[in-house]
Amino acid sequence: MNFEFSDEQRQLHDAVERYLNEQYGFDRYRSIQRSEAGWDPSVWRGLADLGVLAITVPAAHGGLGFGPLETLAMMGDCGRSLLLEPVLSSAVIATAALRAFADEAPAGELLAGMAAGEKIAVLAHFESDARFESQWVTTRARRVGESYRLDGHKGVVMHAGAADTLLVTARTAGEAGDAQGVSLFLVPRAAPGVVLDAYPTLDGQRAADVYLQNVEVPASGRLGPEGNALTAVEAALDIGLAALCADAVGVMQALVDATVDYVRQRQQFGQPIGRFQALQHRIADMLIHLEQARSMSYLAAMRCTDENVGERRRALSAAKAVIGQAGRFVGQQAVQLHGGMGMTDELKVSHWFKRLTAAQLMFGDSDTHLQRFAALTTGG
Amino acid sequence: MRLEFTDEEQAFREEVRSFLREQLSSEIRDKVLNGYELGREDHLLWQRRLHERGWGGMAWPAEFGGPGWNSVQQYIFEEESALAGGPRLIPFGTRMVAPVIMAFGTAAQQQRFLPKISAGEEWWCQGYSEPGAGSDLASLKTRAVRDGDHYVVNGQKTWNTLGQYADWIFCLVRTDPQAKQQSGITFLLIDMKSPGITVRPIMLLDGGHEVNEVWFEDVRVPIENRIGEENSGWTYAKFLLGHERTNIAGIGIAKRELARLKRIAARERRHGRPLLEDALFAAQIAQVEVDLWALEITNLRVLSAERRSSAAGPEASILKIKGTEIHQSISELMMRAVGPYALPFRHEAMEAGWQFDPTREPPGPRYASTLAAAYLNQRKLSIFGGTNEIQKNIISKMIVGL
Repeated sequence: MNFEFSDEQRQLHDAVERYLNEQYGFDRYRSIQRSEAGWDPSVWRGLADLGVLAITVPAAHGGLGFGPLETLAMMGDCGRSLLLEPVLSSAVIATAALRAFADEAPAGELLAGMAAGEKIAVLAHFESDARFESQWVTTRARRVGESYRLDGHKGVVMHAGAADTLLVTARTAGEAGDAQGVSLFLVPRAAPGVVLDAYPTLDGQRAADVYLQNVEVPASGRLGPEGNALTAVEAALDIGLAALCADAVGVMQALVDATVDYVRQRQQFGQPIGRFQALQHRIADMLIHLEQARSMSYLAAMRCTDENVGERRRALSAAKAVIGQAGRFVGQQAVQLHGGMGMTDELKVSHWFKRLTAAQLMFGDSDTHLQRFAALTTGG
Repeated sequence: MRLEFTDEEQAFREEVRSFLREQLSSEIRDKVLNGYELGREDHLLWQRRLHERGWGGMAWPAEFGGPGWNSVQQYIFEEESALAGGPRLIPFGTRMVAPVIMAFGTAAQQQRFLPKISAGEEWWCQGYSEPGAGSDLASLKTRAVRDGDHYVVNGQKTWNTLGQYADWIFCLVRTDPQAKQQSGITFLLIDMKSPGITVRPIMLLDGGHEVNEVWFEDVRVPIENRIGEENSGWTYAKFLLGHERTNIAGIGIAKRELARLKRIAARERRHGRPLLEDALFAAQIAQVEVDLWALEITNLRVLSAERRSSAAGPEASILKIKGTEIHQSISELMMRAVGPYALPFRHEAMEAGWQFDPTREPPGPRYASTLAAAYLNQRKLSIFGGTNEIQKNIISKMIVGL
């Protein structure tokens, strides 16, 4: 076995790290977070120029044709920099969903636009009451002549407000909970009947509840055959979950580094507080969690495109469970060891803590995944 | 040995319930039960109502206009008030500076300050911590220099709770930089309207404004506003620390919030069934519930023991550590209970006095909208009031003694 990154992956990582260090310091992050839109088109152009947005777009559509390991190489720095732009939602997840249908012209064109940084798309899949059950689809698509009419309510769609196009799952057949009968549609965000209730999330990113009210989509806007899209959507979500894990590990690394720095320089009782054994042991515990989390982020990246869906899910649930628990401990203890300062908005610590808290809530928390893992391990 | 309260204590409990039924407004109750912030006026109104009933001072003896409640009565009041949705009392006036004024103040100070504290006519805040003096409070540097019949105060206090509402601040200041740290500290009462005082908000991670920096630039404080002797301030502060610590566990609040957690978990669904029935989630709720039950009994044992002897052991630290952990667990479970709908973070939902705009429903269930902010905010519980690490130092110093 081998846990080294290739030269190419290292170069990609270094280029992203350099760009974010120079362009996305804490002040830049703050001003973007406070802005109305919550993301910066000039950052998006910068990421496009680096090739970040093209990483997993197939070469035939203007991309670099890379995969989850390249995504892993760069996501940690996105987390560390508190990147607010829709890299995960658009460049990773929506791109993965579109790849399954890349030979269809609308999908291929969209992918090319996304690789060039000209278009943003996000997947609107989870229903407002689904609690991350991917088969729980109640949004419906009725066939009316040569087009469809979509009705439904997608909950907490990350970066929906930044997207030009929403990839919306809707049932053309079957009942909520059925694996069959789910179709995928390209829906312009500005289409009549699409209503966004947009809001900031607890970590300063942006999301929206998406309401679809009799939204007309031409048949050409359906990707793949009717009723058969769930496999591709779930595959895209699995790739996204691995990338989210990598983002979280980058945040945890930053928190451990910041906490070590803090306890070395903060003085109370005439000495650096890092001399107190209780705090030294706490930091050791944080490091253990970090390294376990890092290991699982590697596993997630290596397994997230596995053909064996059961094994893939099992590995990803194990990863999310471990990383959720690690993120919780590292985040909470980083705040604790910074004392009152850890509670302030002024320091970066609380921002990293909030990003980990949000990550725990996305795709299902560590308890959800522990149960999923158990079900997949014992056979239910 | 018996768990039950005496008939007298039960009668007192009924009296408290009756008061709460009559005097607690539905507006305040709804805010508290739903986790919305209270505003300045809410707190003042409540203090006035308590005062009108003769309960403004609670533990205060009759000679100072109080009902002279013992700690069991205070415990019963806290529990009943919390369960009914009464506001958490702001402690700085009635429970912190007032006992110091009663024990160490002059008659003039007692007459000047105590009635207005009880009536809620003057709002007090605390000036203890500094940027360089957190856990190591004795290393504080805010300087007070004698100039005729005034002290001139220069320095900076931090983590000052609700100072933006306050009329007065009680401060520990350094009057003798040459003495051993604890021996050069004086306890001053300072008018927040004094020229030279600046209050600057410190924004916390939940976007809220509950703590401040307070800057002192050549602030003149009359020596009549010094408590007790110059350079004896640390003694008076320590008296405060040992005094009335037995309600810090917040048992009543924890019970109320645990019930709220269960109501939320009953309404949320996982795999089509209530989250309350999910084995893993139910086990975590059960864990908090048994821990809380144990802490409740520990708290009662402490109250009972207090009646016989007032020697301070590690009890206050035990109650503080375990109480804060339980509160933090409950707020975390509530946030996790609502899953993805803990993510939307509309800041106006957290602001003091805000009421839902009926024309603008939040995404997800209403009860979800404040849960992430509450979880984030409650991380402070293990830090403020003496970090849990310091509390463990206190326990081990007493028990291990090495």
